[in-house]
Amino acid sequence: MCNCSGPQSDFTLIADVLAKYGDSSSNLITILQKAQDIYGYLPKDVMYHIAEKVGVTPADVMGVATFYSQFRLAPIGKYLIMSCQGTACHVNGSERVSAAIAEYLGIQSGETTADGLFTLENVACLGCCSLAPVIMINGEAYGNLTPDSAVAVLKEIREKEGK
Amino acid sequence: MRIIIGEGSCGVAAGAAKVHNAIAALMDGNESFTLGSTGCIGMCYLEPIVDIYDGKELACRLVRVSEKDAEAIVKAVEANDFSLVEHIIISAEDEEFLSRQTRIALRHCGLIDPESLEDYRSTDGYQALEKVLKTMTPEQVIEEIKVSGLAGRGGAGFPTWFKWNAARQSVSEQKYLICNADEGDPGAFMDRALIESDPHSLIEGMLIGAYAIGASEMIVYVRAEYPLAIIHLEKAIEQAKEANLLGENILGTGFSCEMRIKAGAGAFVCGEETALIESLEGKRGMPRLKPPFPAQKGYMDEPSNINNVETFANVAWIMNNGGEAFAAMGTENSKGTKVFALTGKIKKGGLVEIPMGKTLRDVIYGIGGGIKEDKPFKAVQMGGPSGGCIPADLLDTVIDYKALAATGAIMGSGGMVVMDESTCMVGMAKFFLDFTALESCGKCVHCRIGTARMQEILTRIVKGEGKEGDIELLEELCEAIKDGALCGLGQTAPNPVLTTIRYFRDEYEAHINEKKCPAKECVELLTYSIDADKCKGCTLCAKKCPSKAISGEVKKAHIIDSDICIRCGQCVNSCRFGAIIVE
Repeated sequence: MCNCSGPQSDFTLIADVLAKYGDSSSNLITILQKAQDIYGYLPKDVMYHIAEKVGVTPADVMGVATFYSQFRLAPIGKYLIMSCQGTACHVNGSERVSAAIAEYLGIQSGETTADGLFTLENVACLGCCSLAPVIMINGEAYGNLTPDSAVAVLKEIREKEGK
Repeated sequence: MRIIIGEGSCGVAAGAAKVHNAIAALMDGNESFTLGSTGCIGMCYLEPIVDIYDGKELACRLVRVSEKDAEAIVKAVEANDFSLVEHIIISAEDEEFLSRQTRIALRHCGLIDPESLEDYRSTDGYQALEKVLKTMTPEQVIEEIKVSGLAGRGGAGFPTWFKWNAARQSVSEQKYLICNADEGDPGAFMDRALIESDPHSLIEGMLIGAYAIGASEMIVYVRAEYPLAIIHLEKAIEQAKEANLLGENILGTGFSCEMRIKAGAGAFVCGEETALIESLEGKRGMPRLKPPFPAQKGYMDEPSNINNVETFANVAWIMNNGGEAFAAMGTENSKGTKVFALTGKIKKGGLVEIPMGKTLRDVIYGIGGGIKEDKPFKAVQMGGPSGGCIPADLLDTVIDYKALAATGAIMGSGGMVVMDESTCMVGMAKFFLDFTALESCGKCVHCRIGTARMQEILTRIVKGEGKEGDIELLEELCEAIKDGALCGLGQTAPNPVLTTIRYFRDEYEAHINEKKCPAKECVELLTYSIDADKCKGCTLCAKKCPSKAISGEVKKAHIIDSDICIRCGQCVNSCRFGAIIVE
């Protein structure tokens, strides 16, 4: 079993999901997706629990969780910034936009700000190519960005949150 | 009158939902018109788009609409006087973006409500299925597809009938038909638009395929990044079940077939069919050795057939209009039409469907309107990370599978990213290698380590640390990876590097020998200085400079200390006299 320290996750939250999908290891990706929806990320003890219930090894679960870019092994901030790294965004200057965001927040892709407000994630194409360069914050797209206008969006959120 | 708003993902990203809400707020019991939505109209550069229909006729198309226009739109509809919204009526020139296309796969996109089965049926929807189930044998269906010449639209261009026939020939109680909707090419979005805008056409195309191969279960593997596509498809599946178009004894013909969606979890390699099957089985998406091919041993070790979304979107049309009508379009080796996602430095970006046999120039200049700001065209990237960059002197290349492959690029899924002189081609090659190195599943040594080594060399070159012999070393690695990788991802990963070396070798040499980036994109190779004759000493650049690298007295020419300069380019943007020189 899991020997990691820290508070234990509440396994009852995922009981319904395991009851519905737990009978076959072919549903492992679906189960992990639902678990991430519930917990916001994949806590280690939850992955051990899933392994036990589905009847696969913890290594199998970890292998799948680390293979796919959708799965996160750490909690995320209140605002998830997805910075598009697609080809159209690249051609239209997304690297300077990403760099400006990273500098303003003081974090790199995959990291969360110390105040827990923002998580920055560089992602593959968001499919809004005609608005390039694009970022998406909690599902809302911001297009035709410049380094300055991208930072302005984040400043506005910070002000709204009083931070 | 009906007001219809284009609410595909790009429309929503551009603000279509806000426009919808603003108009809805003004309706307030007003019964002179109705408000509805449609999917992607395909003119992304004009989003948000609002169409006003009088009966079935499009009375007026409004573009780049903002929520501020809502009041004028409602007034115009009430008064049947579109002069009130003249400033946002589509121009005759922009109308040509659609009128110059031939839409088969996209035939319903932007015309019907994707959430309405009635809308789909009103446009001949499910007639092809009924005809197939009631009057044709599976062999006849496969023959019709063979006549049409339809080939896989996901990239490889393999004849669809051949795959169907192979799966048909496999004997098993259980067979699967799988749709690959894991559109991973960064820069292509036609599959997303198709599912969002016309989900029933995918279901109908798949059902015909399932009947042809003898499958009783259909699975759509969709990118999780496409939430709206998943919602629309889920809804369409429910509607089809209720209408006895899915499930047991479909339309009373004795044919039964179930359908479900599986959301991918973000891995480019899962676009490869055997990796996709592994992922469907809940495992890491690592490609299998072929043979056995999926047609013999696929999902759950049963015979399976996998086609791409756009391929299926053509099927019902072919059954309704005949394979010959489809084959009448195109070239000797490529039949029918192809959808392209036109993006990058293009004036009119969006979805373009044209018959095979047109030229790249027809698409980029004829439909796309040419390059933004009328700059010179440099190259077009086709086929994404598996494709290549095609230069200006090949603009008259005909769009078909063979002609594009001869350039070193591929048809691919149809991403077409246009570049002008400001894009560095070495940087472009590095961009794709960064992508493939990250997405390599790690199974084959050549792909896993080879792409990492190539990425290192390219990084070195764009930083000005390239060495003599680097180009040759890259070429050698490219050949080794092509030979040594198991799947399509690895085998094609060198293409962006090979084509940029082939057509833009001088740019590589400039980076390596002269430590210069001709496109002025690689920041480490740039030097910033101030033209003393043009500088008025306004001090604006010195105030903007984040690293305090600019100094000088007021009203006297300033200088940049290149040791401190971080080459961010803010001085260039702030200077009103064009005095900053970038070399």
